[in-house]
Amino acid sequence: MSDRTAGIRAIAGKWLQEGTVEAVLGWEQGTYRDKTAPVLVRKAEEVDRLVFNERCTNNLMTYLKRDPVRSLSTVGIVAKGCDIKALIGLIQESQVPREKVKILAVTCPGVRNADGKRPVKCAACDVNTPVFYDEIVGEKIASNPDRAARFRDVEALEAMTPEERHRFWREQFDKCIRCYACRQACPLCICSRCIAEKNQPQWIETSAHPRGNFAWNLIRAYHLAGRCIECEACETACPADIPLMLLNRYMAKVVEQSFGYEAGRDPQAQPPLRTFKLDDDNSFIL
Amino acid sequence: MTTEAGGSKAPAAWEPKIVAFICNWCTYTGADLAGTSRMKYPPNVRVIKIPCTGRFDPLFMLKAFERGADGVLVSGCHPGDCHYTAGNYNARRKFTVWRKLLDFAGIDLDRVRFSWISAAEGGKWVETVRNFTEAIRAKGPFREYGEMIDVR
Repeated sequence: MSDRTAGIRAIAGKWLQEGTVEAVLGWEQGTYRDKTAPVLVRKAEEVDRLVFNERCTNNLMTYLKRDPVRSLSTVGIVAKGCDIKALIGLIQESQVPREKVKILAVTCPGVRNADGKRPVKCAACDVNTPVFYDEIVGEKIASNPDRAARFRDVEALEAMTPEERHRFWREQFDKCIRCYACRQACPLCICSRCIAEKNQPQWIETSAHPRGNFAWNLIRAYHLAGRCIECEACETACPADIPLMLLNRYMAKVVEQSFGYEAGRDPQAQPPLRTFKLDDDNSFIL
Repeated sequence: MTTEAGGSKAPAAWEPKIVAFICNWCTYTGADLAGTSRMKYPPNVRVIKIPCTGRFDPLFMLKAFERGADGVLVSGCHPGDCHYTAGNYNARRKFTVWRKLLDFAGIDLDRVRFSWISAAEGGKWVETVRNFTEAIRAKGPFREYGEMIDVR
Protein backbone atom coordinates (compact mmCIF):
# COMPACT_ATOMS: atom_id res chain seq x y z
CA MET A 1 0.00 0.00 0.00
CA SER A 2 1.41 3.34 -1.01
CA ASP A 3 1.86 6.26 1.39
CA ARG A 4 -0.75 8.22 -0.52
CA THR A 5 -3.36 5.47 -0.19
CA ALA A 6 -2.60 5.18 3.52
CA GLY A 7 -2.81 8.94 3.98
CA ILE A 8 -6.14 9.16 2.15
CA ARG A 9 -7.63 6.34 4.26
CA ALA A 10 -6.45 7.95 7.50
CA ILE A 11 -7.93 11.36 6.76
CA ALA A 12 -11.14 9.99 5.19
CA GLY A 13 -11.60 7.75 8.24
CA LYS A 14 -11.09 10.67 10.61
CA TRP A 15 -13.58 12.85 8.74
CA LEU A 16 -16.24 10.13 8.70
CA GLN A 17 -15.64 9.25 12.34
CA GLU A 18 -15.92 12.85 13.48
CA GLY A 19 -18.89 13.46 11.25
CA THR A 20 -17.13 16.29 9.38
CA VAL A 21 -18.51 14.81 6.16
CA GLU A 22 -21.41 12.50 5.39
CA ALA A 23 -19.47 10.55 2.79
CA VAL A 24 -16.15 10.52 0.97
CA LEU A 25 -15.91 10.26 -2.79
CA GLY A 26 -12.76 8.58 -4.04
CA TRP A 27 -11.31 5.83 -6.21
CA GLU A 28 -11.33 2.10 -5.44
CA GLN A 29 -9.60 -0.79 -7.17
CA GLY A 30 -11.56 -1.70 -10.29
CA THR A 31 -12.46 -5.14 -11.60
CA TYR A 32 -9.30 -5.17 -13.70
CA ARG A 33 -5.84 -4.57 -12.28
CA ASP A 34 -5.21 -1.51 -14.38
CA LYS A 35 -8.51 0.20 -13.70
CA THR A 36 -9.97 2.14 -10.82
CA ALA A 37 -13.63 2.90 -10.20
CA PRO A 38 -15.32 5.74 -8.36
CA VAL A 39 -16.62 4.90 -4.90
CA LEU A 40 -18.76 6.76 -2.37
CA VAL A 41 -17.68 5.70 1.11
CA ARG A 42 -20.30 6.40 3.76
CA LYS A 43 -18.90 4.54 6.78
CA ALA A 44 -15.53 4.90 8.50
CA GLU A 45 -15.13 1.10 8.48
CA GLU A 46 -15.17 1.13 4.69
CA VAL A 47 -12.32 3.57 4.08
CA ASP A 48 -10.02 0.69 3.19
CA ARG A 49 -11.72 0.57 -0.16
CA LEU A 50 -10.06 3.87 -1.11
CA VAL A 51 -6.91 3.71 -3.19
CA PHE A 52 -4.64 6.08 -5.07
CA ASN A 53 -2.38 5.07 -7.94
CA GLU A 54 -1.53 6.21 -11.46
CA ARG A 55 -4.75 4.65 -12.75
CA CYS A 56 -6.84 7.18 -10.85
CA THR A 57 -7.41 9.01 -14.11
CA ASN A 58 -11.10 9.86 -13.76
CA ASN A 59 -12.12 13.29 -12.61
CA LEU A 60 -14.50 12.62 -9.73
CA MET A 61 -15.89 16.17 -9.68
CA THR A 62 -18.45 15.10 -12.26
CA TYR A 63 -20.22 13.15 -9.49
CA LEU A 64 -20.91 16.37 -7.60
CA LYS A 65 -23.76 17.02 -10.04
CA ARG A 66 -25.36 13.59 -9.50
CA ASP A 67 -28.27 13.26 -7.09
CA PRO A 68 -26.76 10.82 -4.56
CA VAL A 69 -23.91 13.26 -3.98
CA ARG A 70 -25.94 16.42 -4.47
CA SER A 71 -28.33 15.39 -1.69
CA LEU A 72 -25.52 15.09 0.86
CA SER A 73 -25.02 18.04 3.19
CA THR A 74 -21.24 17.66 3.20
CA VAL A 75 -18.95 15.49 1.14
CA GLY A 76 -15.26 14.78 1.25
CA ILE A 77 -13.64 14.33 -2.13
CA VAL A 78 -10.28 12.84 -2.98
CA ALA A 79 -8.75 14.95 -5.70
CA LYS A 80 -5.65 15.51 -7.78
CA GLY A 81 -4.56 19.04 -8.61
CA CYS A 82 -6.24 18.90 -12.02
CA ASP A 83 -9.53 17.67 -10.53
CA ILE A 84 -9.51 20.59 -8.10
CA LYS A 85 -9.51 22.98 -11.05
CA ALA A 86 -12.94 21.63 -11.96
CA LEU A 87 -14.14 22.21 -8.41
CA ILE A 88 -12.88 25.79 -8.59
CA GLY A 89 -15.02 26.25 -11.72
CA LEU A 90 -18.06 24.83 -9.94
CA ILE A 91 -17.52 27.13 -6.95
CA GLN A 92 -17.11 30.15 -9.25
CA GLU A 93 -20.42 29.37 -10.89
CA SER A 94 -22.22 28.79 -7.57
CA GLN A 95 -22.88 25.17 -8.47
CA VAL A 96 -21.28 23.83 -5.31
CA PRO A 97 -20.99 25.83 -2.08
CA ARG A 98 -17.38 25.85 -0.87
CA GLU A 99 -18.49 24.82 2.66
CA LYS A 100 -20.17 21.69 1.37
CA VAL A 101 -16.99 20.13 0.02
CA LYS A 102 -13.95 19.05 1.98
CA ILE A 103 -11.06 18.62 -0.41
CA LEU A 104 -8.71 15.77 0.33
CA ALA A 105 -5.93 16.69 -2.05
CA VAL A 106 -3.30 14.22 -3.11
CA THR A 107 -0.01 15.07 -4.76
CA CYS A 108 0.19 13.36 -8.10
CA PRO A 109 3.20 12.39 -10.20
CA GLY A 110 0.93 11.86 -13.23
CA VAL A 111 -1.71 9.35 -14.26
CA ARG A 112 -2.03 6.96 -17.19
CA ASN A 113 -4.71 6.41 -19.79
CA ALA A 114 -6.12 2.98 -20.64
CA ASP A 115 -3.35 2.52 -23.20
CA GLY A 116 -0.70 3.06 -20.53
CA LYS A 117 0.40 6.43 -21.89
CA ARG A 118 0.56 9.69 -19.98
CA PRO A 119 -2.12 12.13 -21.07
CA VAL A 120 -1.23 15.59 -22.40
CA LYS A 121 -2.61 17.16 -19.24
CA CYS A 122 0.15 15.47 -17.22
CA ALA A 123 2.87 16.79 -19.52
CA ALA A 124 1.46 20.31 -19.09
CA CYS A 125 0.64 19.89 -15.40
CA ASP A 126 1.62 22.67 -13.00
CA VAL A 127 -0.39 21.39 -10.04
CA ASN A 128 1.33 18.10 -9.19
CA THR A 129 1.17 19.54 -5.70
CA PRO A 130 -2.34 21.00 -5.39
CA VAL A 131 -2.72 24.56 -4.15
CA PHE A 132 -6.39 24.67 -3.11
CA TYR A 133 -7.48 22.11 -0.52
CA ASP A 134 -8.51 21.32 3.06
CA GLU A 135 -6.05 18.50 3.71
CA ILE A 136 -3.22 17.21 1.60
CA VAL A 137 -1.45 13.86 1.50
CA GLY A 138 1.67 12.68 -0.28
CA GLU A 139 5.14 14.03 -0.71
CA LYS A 140 5.31 17.44 -2.37
CA ILE A 141 6.20 17.23 -6.05
CA ALA A 142 7.73 20.13 -7.94
CA SER A 143 6.07 20.69 -11.31
CA ASN A 144 7.98 20.96 -14.52
CA PRO A 145 5.23 21.84 -16.95
CA ASP A 146 5.60 21.75 -20.70
CA ARG A 147 2.94 24.38 -21.25
CA ALA A 148 3.38 24.34 -25.02
CA ALA A 149 2.21 20.70 -25.08
CA ARG A 150 -1.35 21.93 -24.61
CA PHE A 151 -1.60 23.64 -27.95
CA ARG A 152 0.71 21.53 -30.14
CA ASP A 153 -2.10 19.60 -31.87
CA VAL A 154 -4.29 22.69 -32.02
CA GLU A 155 -1.61 24.59 -33.89
CA ALA A 156 -1.23 21.79 -36.44
CA LEU A 157 -4.92 22.12 -37.23
CA GLU A 158 -4.75 25.91 -37.32
CA ALA A 159 -2.10 25.66 -40.00
CA MET A 160 -4.55 23.89 -42.33
CA THR A 161 -6.86 25.71 -44.74
CA PRO A 162 -10.52 26.11 -43.68
CA GLU A 163 -11.55 23.49 -46.28
CA GLU A 164 -9.07 20.97 -44.87
CA ARG A 165 -10.26 21.69 -41.37
CA HIS A 166 -13.85 21.29 -42.42
CA ARG A 167 -13.09 17.93 -44.00
CA PHE A 168 -11.18 16.88 -40.88
CA TRP A 169 -14.07 17.69 -38.56
CA ARG A 170 -16.69 16.24 -40.86
CA GLU A 171 -14.79 12.93 -40.70
CA GLN A 172 -14.40 13.14 -36.96
CA PHE A 173 -18.00 14.12 -36.26
CA ASP A 174 -19.30 11.42 -38.62
CA LYS A 175 -18.05 8.93 -36.03
CA CYS A 176 -20.19 10.45 -33.30
CA ILE A 177 -22.95 8.12 -32.12
CA ARG A 178 -24.55 10.78 -29.90
CA CYS A 179 -24.17 8.79 -26.72
CA TYR A 180 -23.35 12.01 -24.81
CA ALA A 181 -20.65 10.24 -22.82
CA CYS A 182 -18.57 13.42 -23.26
CA ARG A 183 -21.26 15.40 -21.50
CA GLN A 184 -21.81 12.86 -18.74
CA ALA A 185 -18.11 12.60 -17.95
CA CYS A 186 -17.56 16.35 -17.97
CA PRO A 187 -17.45 17.90 -14.51
CA LEU A 188 -18.50 21.27 -15.92
CA CYS A 189 -21.42 20.20 -18.12
CA ILE A 190 -23.84 21.09 -15.38
CA CYS A 191 -27.27 21.72 -16.91
CA SER A 192 -29.83 19.37 -15.42
CA ARG A 193 -31.64 19.62 -18.72
CA CYS A 194 -29.21 19.77 -21.60
CA ILE A 195 -29.96 21.77 -24.76
CA ALA A 196 -29.48 18.52 -26.68
CA GLU A 197 -32.53 17.09 -24.96
CA LYS A 198 -34.82 20.03 -25.66
CA ASN A 199 -37.39 19.19 -28.29
CA GLN A 200 -39.75 22.16 -28.13
CA PRO A 201 -38.14 23.49 -30.28
CA GLN A 202 -35.50 20.93 -31.10
CA TRP A 203 -32.33 22.92 -31.56
CA ILE A 204 -30.00 19.98 -32.04
CA GLU A 205 -31.12 17.01 -34.05
CA THR A 206 -30.86 13.85 -31.98
CA SER A 207 -30.07 11.30 -34.68
CA ALA A 208 -26.43 10.55 -35.48
CA HIS A 209 -26.60 12.52 -38.71
CA PRO A 210 -23.87 14.96 -39.86
CA ARG A 211 -26.11 17.94 -39.30
CA GLY A 212 -26.95 17.19 -35.67
CA ASN A 213 -23.47 15.84 -34.96
CA PHE A 214 -21.90 19.06 -36.18
CA ALA A 215 -24.23 21.21 -34.11
CA TRP A 216 -23.85 19.08 -30.99
CA ASN A 217 -20.07 18.94 -31.00
CA LEU A 218 -19.67 22.64 -31.70
CA ILE A 219 -22.19 23.70 -29.10
CA ARG A 220 -20.66 21.41 -26.50
CA ALA A 221 -17.28 23.04 -27.07
CA TYR A 222 -18.81 26.53 -27.09
CA HIS A 223 -20.62 25.96 -23.80
CA LEU A 224 -17.27 25.05 -22.26
CA ALA A 225 -15.38 28.04 -23.60
CA GLY A 226 -13.58 29.73 -20.73
CA ARG A 227 -14.83 26.97 -18.40
CA CYS A 228 -13.06 23.79 -19.55
CA ILE A 229 -10.18 22.94 -17.22
CA GLU A 230 -8.69 20.41 -19.66
CA CYS A 231 -9.12 17.28 -17.55
CA GLU A 232 -9.65 15.25 -20.75
CA ALA A 233 -12.57 13.33 -19.23
CA CYS A 234 -14.69 13.86 -22.37
CA GLU A 235 -12.07 12.55 -24.74
CA THR A 236 -11.29 9.59 -22.48
CA ALA A 237 -14.98 8.72 -22.31
CA CYS A 238 -15.63 9.06 -26.05
CA PRO A 239 -16.21 5.59 -27.52
CA ALA A 240 -15.72 6.94 -31.05
CA ASP A 241 -12.28 8.48 -30.35
CA ILE A 242 -13.25 11.97 -31.46
CA PRO A 243 -10.41 14.37 -30.51
CA LEU A 244 -12.67 16.55 -28.39
CA MET A 245 -9.75 18.09 -26.54
CA LEU A 246 -8.66 19.76 -29.77
CA LEU A 247 -11.86 21.81 -29.66
CA ASN A 248 -11.61 22.44 -25.93
CA ARG A 249 -7.97 23.46 -26.04
CA TYR A 250 -8.59 25.71 -29.00
CA MET A 251 -11.33 27.44 -27.02
CA ALA A 252 -8.94 27.76 -24.08
CA LYS A 253 -6.38 29.33 -26.39
CA VAL A 254 -8.90 31.81 -27.78
CA VAL A 255 -10.03 32.77 -24.30
CA GLU A 256 -6.45 33.22 -23.09
CA GLN A 257 -5.55 35.37 -26.07
CA SER A 258 -8.75 37.40 -26.17
CA PHE A 259 -9.54 37.86 -22.49
CA GLY A 260 -6.31 36.90 -20.70
CA TYR A 261 -8.09 34.27 -18.65
CA GLU A 262 -7.30 30.68 -17.74
CA ALA A 263 -10.01 28.48 -16.26
CA GLY A 264 -9.79 26.72 -12.91
CA ARG A 265 -7.32 29.01 -11.15
CA ASP A 266 -9.13 31.41 -8.87
CA PRO A 267 -12.48 30.61 -7.19
CA GLN A 268 -13.12 34.35 -6.82
CA ALA A 269 -12.51 35.22 -10.48
CA GLN A 270 -15.38 36.10 -12.81
CA PRO A 271 -15.71 33.59 -15.70
CA PRO A 272 -14.77 35.39 -18.94
CA LEU A 273 -18.08 34.92 -20.74
CA ARG A 274 -20.01 36.24 -17.78
CA THR A 275 -18.29 39.58 -17.85
CA PHE A 276 -16.86 42.05 -20.38
CA LYS A 277 -14.56 44.98 -20.84
CA LEU A 278 -15.46 48.18 -22.62
CA ASP A 279 -12.40 47.83 -24.82
CA ASP A 280 -12.89 44.19 -25.86
CA ASP A 281 -11.98 43.41 -29.46
CA ASN A 282 -14.40 45.14 -31.79
CA SER A 283 -12.39 44.76 -34.99
CA PHE A 284 -14.57 42.06 -36.55
CA ILE A 285 -17.82 43.97 -36.08
CA LEU A 286 -18.89 46.39 -38.81
CA MET B 1 -31.74 24.77 -56.07
CA THR B 2 -35.38 24.76 -55.06
CA THR B 3 -38.26 24.80 -57.50
CA GLU B 4 -41.54 26.58 -57.08
CA ALA B 5 -44.33 24.59 -55.51
CA GLY B 6 -46.16 22.57 -58.13
CA GLY B 7 -43.00 21.71 -60.00
CA SER B 8 -44.35 22.83 -63.35
CA LYS B 9 -42.33 26.04 -63.46
CA ALA B 10 -38.69 26.24 -64.47
CA PRO B 11 -36.24 26.14 -61.52
CA ALA B 12 -35.73 29.64 -60.15
CA ALA B 13 -32.23 31.08 -60.48
CA TRP B 14 -30.26 30.80 -57.26
CA GLU B 15 -30.58 33.82 -55.02
CA PRO B 16 -28.57 34.32 -51.84
CA LYS B 17 -30.60 33.59 -48.75
CA ILE B 18 -29.52 35.71 -45.81
CA VAL B 19 -30.89 35.50 -42.31
CA ALA B 20 -30.44 38.57 -40.10
CA PHE B 21 -30.84 38.39 -36.34
CA ILE B 22 -31.30 41.97 -35.30
CA CYS B 23 -32.01 43.67 -32.04
CA ASN B 24 -35.38 45.21 -31.36
CA TRP B 25 -34.10 48.58 -30.20
CA CYS B 26 -31.47 49.69 -32.66
CA THR B 27 -30.97 47.69 -35.82
CA TYR B 28 -34.62 46.73 -36.22
CA THR B 29 -35.64 50.33 -35.80
CA GLY B 30 -32.86 51.30 -38.20
CA ALA B 31 -34.20 48.83 -40.76
CA ASP B 32 -37.66 50.28 -40.17
CA LEU B 33 -36.29 53.73 -40.81
CA ALA B 34 -34.82 52.50 -44.09
CA GLY B 35 -38.31 51.28 -45.00
CA THR B 36 -40.19 54.43 -44.02
CA SER B 37 -37.57 56.49 -45.83
CA ARG B 38 -38.29 54.42 -48.97
CA MET B 39 -34.70 53.29 -49.31
CA LYS B 40 -34.22 50.28 -51.56
CA TYR B 41 -32.18 47.23 -50.61
CA PRO B 42 -32.01 43.59 -51.74
CA PRO B 43 -34.96 41.43 -50.68
CA ASN B 44 -32.58 38.54 -49.96
CA VAL B 45 -32.48 39.28 -46.27
CA ARG B 46 -34.91 37.58 -43.88
CA VAL B 47 -35.14 39.56 -40.70
CA ILE B 48 -35.63 37.86 -37.35
CA LYS B 49 -36.12 40.25 -34.48
CA ILE B 50 -34.49 39.42 -31.16
CA PRO B 51 -34.83 41.55 -28.01
CA CYS B 52 -31.10 42.24 -27.80
CA THR B 53 -27.88 40.88 -29.29
CA GLY B 54 -27.40 39.41 -25.82
CA ARG B 55 -30.27 37.07 -26.70
CA PHE B 56 -28.38 35.74 -29.70
CA ASP B 57 -27.50 32.10 -29.32
CA PRO B 58 -25.05 30.42 -31.71
CA LEU B 59 -27.68 27.75 -32.21
CA PHE B 60 -29.76 30.35 -34.07
CA MET B 61 -26.97 30.60 -36.59
CA LEU B 62 -26.52 26.85 -36.94
CA LYS B 63 -30.26 26.40 -37.37
CA ALA B 64 -30.33 29.06 -40.07
CA PHE B 65 -27.54 27.26 -41.94
CA GLU B 66 -29.28 23.92 -41.45
CA ARG B 67 -32.39 25.38 -43.05
CA GLY B 68 -30.44 26.57 -46.06
CA ALA B 69 -29.18 30.07 -45.27
CA ASP B 70 -26.15 31.13 -47.30
CA GLY B 71 -25.17 33.85 -44.86
CA VAL B 72 -26.08 35.04 -41.39
CA LEU B 73 -25.97 38.62 -40.16
CA VAL B 74 -26.16 39.57 -36.50
CA SER B 75 -26.67 43.20 -35.66
CA GLY B 76 -27.51 45.33 -32.65
CA CYS B 77 -26.90 48.58 -30.83
CA HIS B 78 -23.52 50.27 -30.81
CA PRO B 79 -21.41 49.71 -27.70
CA GLY B 80 -22.72 52.02 -25.01
CA ASP B 81 -26.19 52.22 -26.53
CA CYS B 82 -27.68 48.94 -25.34
CA HIS B 83 -31.25 49.25 -24.11
CA TYR B 84 -30.31 46.79 -21.39
CA THR B 85 -27.05 48.62 -20.61
CA ALA B 86 -24.63 45.77 -21.34
CA GLY B 87 -26.33 43.13 -23.51
CA ASN B 88 -24.22 43.95 -26.52
CA TYR B 89 -20.98 43.99 -24.51
CA ASN B 90 -21.72 40.50 -23.26
CA ALA B 91 -22.72 39.45 -26.76
CA ARG B 92 -19.45 40.75 -28.17
CA ARG B 93 -17.46 38.29 -26.07
CA LYS B 94 -19.70 35.46 -27.18
CA PHE B 95 -19.32 36.52 -30.83
CA THR B 96 -15.53 36.55 -30.45
CA VAL B 97 -15.42 33.00 -29.16
CA TRP B 98 -18.09 31.60 -31.46
CA ARG B 99 -16.59 33.13 -34.58
CA LYS B 100 -13.22 31.58 -33.79
CA LEU B 101 -14.83 28.21 -33.17
CA LEU B 102 -16.61 28.34 -36.52
CA ASP B 103 -13.33 29.13 -38.19
CA PHE B 104 -11.65 26.22 -36.40
CA ALA B 105 -14.42 23.94 -37.65
CA GLY B 106 -13.69 25.12 -41.16
CA ILE B 107 -16.78 27.26 -41.68
CA ASP B 108 -16.06 30.14 -44.04
CA LEU B 109 -16.18 33.28 -41.90
CA ASP B 110 -17.28 35.32 -44.93
CA ARG B 111 -20.66 33.63 -44.46
CA VAL B 112 -21.08 35.34 -41.14
CA ARG B 113 -21.22 39.04 -40.40
CA PHE B 114 -21.65 41.11 -37.27
CA SER B 115 -22.50 44.79 -37.13
CA TRP B 116 -23.67 47.59 -34.89
CA ILE B 117 -26.42 49.65 -36.54
CA SER B 118 -28.30 52.30 -34.59
CA ALA B 119 -31.95 53.32 -34.95
CA ALA B 120 -30.82 56.39 -36.89
CA GLU B 121 -28.62 54.48 -39.33
CA GLY B 122 -31.14 53.36 -41.94
CA GLY B 123 -28.49 54.07 -44.53
CA LYS B 124 -25.95 51.84 -42.84
CA TRP B 125 -28.51 49.03 -42.73
CA VAL B 126 -29.13 49.33 -46.46
CA GLU B 127 -25.42 49.41 -47.17
CA THR B 128 -24.68 46.46 -44.90
CA VAL B 129 -27.39 44.28 -46.43
CA ARG B 130 -26.39 45.28 -49.95
CA ASN B 131 -22.70 44.55 -49.41
CA PHE B 132 -23.36 41.26 -47.65
CA THR B 133 -25.82 40.10 -50.32
CA GLU B 134 -23.34 40.87 -53.06
CA ALA B 135 -20.51 39.15 -51.19
CA ILE B 136 -22.64 36.02 -50.74
CA ARG B 137 -23.80 36.17 -54.34
CA ALA B 138 -20.17 36.15 -55.42
CA LYS B 139 -19.46 33.15 -53.20
CA GLY B 140 -22.46 31.13 -54.34
CA PRO B 141 -24.53 28.68 -52.31
CA PHE B 142 -23.15 27.47 -48.99
CA ARG B 143 -22.03 24.05 -50.20
CA GLU B 144 -20.19 22.81 -47.11
CA TYR B 145 -23.33 23.08 -45.08
CA GLY B 146 -25.54 22.10 -48.00
CA GLU B 147 -23.77 18.75 -48.18
CA MET B 148 -24.48 18.15 -44.55
CA ILE B 149 -28.13 18.88 -45.12
CA ASP B 150 -28.43 16.46 -48.02
CA VAL B 151 -26.43 13.51 -46.69
CA ARG B 152 -28.80 10.79 -45.53
